[in-house]
Amino acid sequence: MKLENISVTFQARTGLFGSVNVKALDQVSLSLNKGETLSIVGESGSGKTTLGRVSLKLIDPSEGNVLFNGINLNTMNNRSIKNFRRKAQGIFQDPYSSLNGFMTIYEILEEPLIVHGYKNKLERNEIVNSVLDAVKLLPVDEVAQKYPHMLSGGLRQRVGIARALTLNPEYILADEPVSMIDASNRAEILYLMKDLQQKYGVSYIYITHDIATARHFSDKIAIMYAGRIIETGNPREIIDDPLHPYTKALINAIPAANAKNRMIKREVILGEPPSPSALPNGCKFHPRCPSVIVGKCDTIDPKATYIYEREVKCHLYPDSQST
Amino acid sequence: MSLLSIKNLHLHYATNSQPLRAVNGVSLELQEGEALGIVGESGSGKTSLSLALMRLLPKNIAQLSGEILIGTQNTLDMEESEFRRTMRWKILSMVFQGSMNSLNPVIRVGRQIEEPLELDQSFNKSTIEERVSSLLDMVHLPQEVRNRYPHELSGGMKQRIMIAMALVMNPKLIILDEPTSALDVSIQAQMMNIFKDLKWQYGTSFIFITHDIGLASDLSDKIGVMYAGKIVESGNAQDVLHNPQHPYTQKLLNSVPNLHSETEPNFIEGEPPNMTNPPSGCSFNPRCDFATQKCLNEEPIKFDIDNKHEVFCWLMDEKS
Repeated sequence: MKLENISVTFQARTGLFGSVNVKALDQVSLSLNKGETLSIVGESGSGKTTLGRVSLKLIDPSEGNVLFNGINLNTMNNRSIKNFRRKAQGIFQDPYSSLNGFMTIYEILEEPLIVHGYKNKLERNEIVNSVLDAVKLLPVDEVAQKYPHMLSGGLRQRVGIARALTLNPEYILADEPVSMIDASNRAEILYLMKDLQQKYGVSYIYITHDIATARHFSDKIAIMYAGRIIETGNPREIIDDPLHPYTKALINAIPAANAKNRMIKREVILGEPPSPSALPNGCKFHPRCPSVIVGKCDTIDPKATYIYEREVKCHLYPDSQST
Repeated sequence: MSLLSIKNLHLHYATNSQPLRAVNGVSLELQEGEALGIVGESGSGKTSLSLALMRLLPKNIAQLSGEILIGTQNTLDMEESEFRRTMRWKILSMVFQGSMNSLNPVIRVGRQIEEPLELDQSFNKSTIEERVSSLLDMVHLPQEVRNRYPHELSGGMKQRIMIAMALVMNPKLIILDEPTSALDVSIQAQMMNIFKDLKWQYGTSFIFITHDIGLASDLSDKIGVMYAGKIVESGNAQDVLHNPQHPYTQKLLNSVPNLHSETEPNFIEGEPPNMTNPPSGCSFNPRCDFATQKCLNEEPIKFDIDNKHEVFCWLMDEKS
C-alpha cells in the first residue's frame, strides 16, 4: 500500500452560517510493504485515525492518492472496490461497541462471508471455525454460540481480529487495538497479531499512542503531529536516538517502572497540541518546541530531510540532502 | 502516627447470587507526605478501595467491615453528616478517572472551584478570590480560564480544573484514581509534575491508583500490588519494583513493554478471578507458575521480607 501526498480537509461549522476548513491531514506520504507492520504513533487529534480511515477508503482524501497493489483507490470501478473491501480489513479500538450485541460470535464472523457471496453453508462454517481456531478462541463450538457480552474485553478483541481474518485479507488496519485492554494482556493480543502475520503474510498499519508497544511490534514507525508525519524510521533508531524534538519529548514522557522516577521531575513540553482549525504558521510544533529557531521555525514549514534511512521534518537538520 | 491506616478492610457488594468481594481484607498505612501507589488489573478492587475511603459507596453493600483510621478517628464509625463536615474534601479529597467529564457544563469553571469555599464560614469574598487564583497557579492554568465554560477547555485543562477542585480545601491526602488515563502522554507527564510539586512543596500525601506500574513509579514512595481484592505485595517502591517477590508482581512487571530494551514483553495468561466465586486458597493460583497443593487449599498469610516489604505468598514460606 502506498499513500501519496494525502490531505484531508473537513468543514466544521462555526455558528449558524460560518464554516471553517479543518485540515486533518496535510500532505502525508507513507508506504507499507507486504507482510510488514507500520506503526503510526501520535497523540489525540494528530490525524492518525483519519489516516487509517483513508487507507480503508472509509474517507476519500481531498488531495492525493492511495495505491493498493499499484491500483489507485480514487479511480477504481465498483467491482474493484468490492474486491478491495475484501482484501483490506479493520480492527478497532473498542471491543465493546464494535461487535453487534444481538448476534452470536458465529453470526458476526459469518456475516462478511455472506456479504461477499460465499453461497455454500458448509464452506462458511469451515472458514468461521478455522478463524476462531487461528485466534485461539477455544473450544470453537462453544465460543461460536456465545454473545459478545459473555466474553471479556481481551476475548472480544480476538473476535474482532477473527472477523478481520475471515475474508483472508492482505492488509489490516489496527486502530488502537489494545488500548482498552488491561496492560497485562496487551502483549498477548499483539503476539497473536504477529503470529497471524507470519502465517498469512498480512500487512498491518498499527495506530497507537503507545510508542513502547510500537517498538516491539513493528518494522517501521511514523510519528504524527498536527496532521503531518514528522519523523519516520525503524523503531529501534527512532526510540534510542529520536531526531525531532517532539519525538524526543514523547519518549521522555513515558516512565519505565523505576523507583528513582519519583525523585526527579520529568522534562516536559509545555502547552497542548494546536487545534487543527487554527494551526500555527511554519512548523506546527514551534510554539511548544524547546529548540525553536526564531525567524525560521515560526515562518517556514520544514521540508523532509533524509538521514540514512530516517526521514525527519525539522529545521534543526538542514544539512542533509533535502527534497 | 500514620496519617491513614486501613485495617483488614472488607467491602462486599450484594448481587443476585453470592456477594461480590471487591475488597477482601486490605491493610495499609500511609505517613504524612508520602505517596502510595496501588497497582492492579481492572476488577482488582482498586476503585472500590478508594470509594470506601471517600465513603462514596453505592447502596448495595453486603458487608463493610474493618477500620479506616484517619489519625485516631475511624471514619467507618462516623455519621455521614460529620464525615462530610470534617473529612471529605477537607482532610481527604479525590480526583476521579475521566473526571473532567463530571464538570457542570452550564457553570463557569471558576464558580465551580469556588463553591466549597462559599460554604465555608472562614472565607470571605477577597480570600476566596486569592485562593482560587493561587489554585490556578498551582495547576499551571492562566487566570482567564475562570470565566470559561467546560466545553471551551481541552481535556488536559479540564483535568487540571478537577485537580484544583480537589485541592480547594487544602486536604492532607488526595486520592488519584487513574487521573491521567484519558490524557495524552505529554499532558500526563505535565500532570505528574504538578503532583510532584504538591508533594514536595506542601507535603501533600497521595494514594495513586493506576494499572500502569511504570506511571505508579513516577510518584509513589510505596507501592501496593492489588489482586482479587487483596494487597498481595507491598513495600517501598525500590523493593517492590526492583526486587519483586510475589509471582503476580513479577508477571505484572514483565508485561510492561520496555521502551529502551530489546526484552520482549510478556503477558499474564488467563483472566482475573470472578469475585463472586473466587478460587479457594490463594486467588492467584490458577494463573501462577509455582502453585503447589498448599496454594490450592490455604489462603497465604503475610510474610515480612525486610524493611516493611510484605508478601502474601506461600513461596516465601519455603524461602524463610
